[in-house]
Order: sequence, then structure tokens, then C-alpha cells
Amino acid sequence: MTTKTLKAAAAGSSILPAIFAVVLGLGIITVTGHVQASGLHDAAHDVRHATGFPCH
Amino acid sequence: MYATQLASPATKAMISRILTSALFAGAAAGLITALLQLVFVQPVLLHAELYESGALVHFGAEAVSAHPDLPGMFAEPIRDGLSIIFTMLTYTGYALVMVALMSVAQGQGHEINARTGLLWGLAGFVAFHFAPGLSLAPEVPGVAAAEVGARQIWWTATVAAAGIAMWLIAYGGNIVSYVVAALLLMAPHLIGAPEPSTFSGPVPTEIGALFAARAFGVGMAAWALLGTFAGYFWQSEGARAEATA
Repeated sequence: MTTKTLKAAAAGSSILPAIFAVVLGLGIITVTGHVQASGLHDAAHDVRHATGFPCH
Repeated sequence: MYATQLASPATKAMISRILTSALFAGAAAGLITALLQLVFVQPVLLHAELYESGALVHFGAEAVSAHPDLPGMFAEPIRDGLSIIFTMLTYTGYALVMVALMSVAQGQGHEINARTGLLWGLAGFVAFHFAPGLSLAPEVPGVAAAEVGARQIWWTATVAAAGIAMWLIAYGGNIVSYVVAALLLMAPHLIGAPEPSTFSGPVPTEIGALFAARAFGVGMAAWALLGTFAGYFWQSEGARAEATA
């Protein structure tokens, strides 16, 4: 493996965890703030209003 | 090679550091925020619901007191308990995004600690809360509003644009970045948020205005805490990892 490939691999590996965390974070935010399933909407209703999400 | 990269010790350590910092920061800031919301925002929401349900009528036959009896904190334990859980989840979601971006910024040589974390928190407040709230103000229940799907799309685009703008302002470092950032911040509001065709909200404007102000105030405090905690835990997790390396 040439030095260049190793550097690319190292740089690649340092961004993977960040991408994973952003996707996980956005997933949680989408479920708690946007999903309109009625049970979820009712449970998160007050928080969505207080946090500025479009509610219903 | 890709598989070995995914399982490399460096990647595992980084994932662990991001998750630990984000979970601690999100849970702590989320819990404090939930309590602030229950004290400052929830009473205004409950007051608005009295008008939404018709229990109180604005401009009705007789004058209506501006100080009705409202249920106290935890008078509805399940409702308030769910609000605490969902606030903690939401802010943990924000924390995951923020700590991930902090790790990228540190990889580019920028310092991340509690002090810089405070600035990160305020930038997060602008991106996720204030920027969309400038045209889609935090709503009391019962307000007239456009179709929720359209608002969610506009909300998401505005958050993304404001997030990129925050990054450009912080790390762009040249006039072009700042101009692009300004355009990204203004564009969603020049395009305009989806609005109802007619206004029909039964809630007095005084309550609507107070609700938006309280939501923004608590939101700003929440994000300042979140950023500070995230910066603190990110730094201390890093120091702990180095000590054990």
C-alpha cells in the first residue's frame, strides 16, 4: 500500500464516524420532530410546538 | 480495504468518542431544557389550548380573564413525562449532528472545548431553531397553517441552508464565503415559507406572541448549554482516550 493510499484511508476513516453520527442524529430528529404517525405526533406534540417544528 | 477501514481501531475509537460525547451532552441539555419548557412554555401552550378547544372564546359575549386557572406542572404526568423524553431525544439528535461536525472541524485543526462549544451551540440555535422560526414562527396550537408536508420541506431546506451558512461564516475565511453565507441565510425567507390562505386562529395574538418569544428564549438557552456540554465532553473524552492510549 503506497503512502498516498494509506493517507487517503486514514482521512477516509476519520470522516466515516462523523457521517454515521450525522445520519443517526438526523434520523432521531426526523422521528421526534417530523413523523406524523398519530401516536408519535400526540406524544411529541408539546415538544414540537415548543421547539419550532411544523406540527400538524 | 473498505471493510478493514470500517473496523479499524481508529474508526471505532472515533465512533465511541462521538457517541459518548453526544449522548452525555444531549441528555443533560435535553433534561434541563425539558424542565425550562415545562416552566416557561407549557403554561402558554395550555392557555392557548383553552381557546383552541373553545373553552374560552376571544371576542365572545363577555370579556375573558387573561389569567385562567391552568393545570400545574406534572398535573398531567404522562403528557409531561413524554415531553421530557422527547425533548431529551431531540436534543440528543442535535448533539449527534453537532459533535460529528465538531470532530470534522477538529480534524481540520480547529480547537473544540467548552468555550468554543458555546459558539457552536449558538450557531446550532440559529440553524435549527431561529432561521426556520423567522418565517415559520413557533406555533401555538390552533393557529391557521399551511399543509404540514410543505412546511416540513421548507423547514428542512432552511435548516440545511443555515447550517452551511454557519460553517462558511465560521471557517470560510474569505469574503466570498461570507457573501454566500448571507445569501443562504436570506434565500429561504425571500422565497417565503408556506402560509395559510386565510387566518382563522382562535387564540389571542398576545398568547401567540408570548409563546413564540418563550420558545425562542428557551431554545437559545438550550442550545448554549448543548454546545458547551458537547465541547466539554468532546475534549474530556479525547483527553481520556489519550491517557489510556
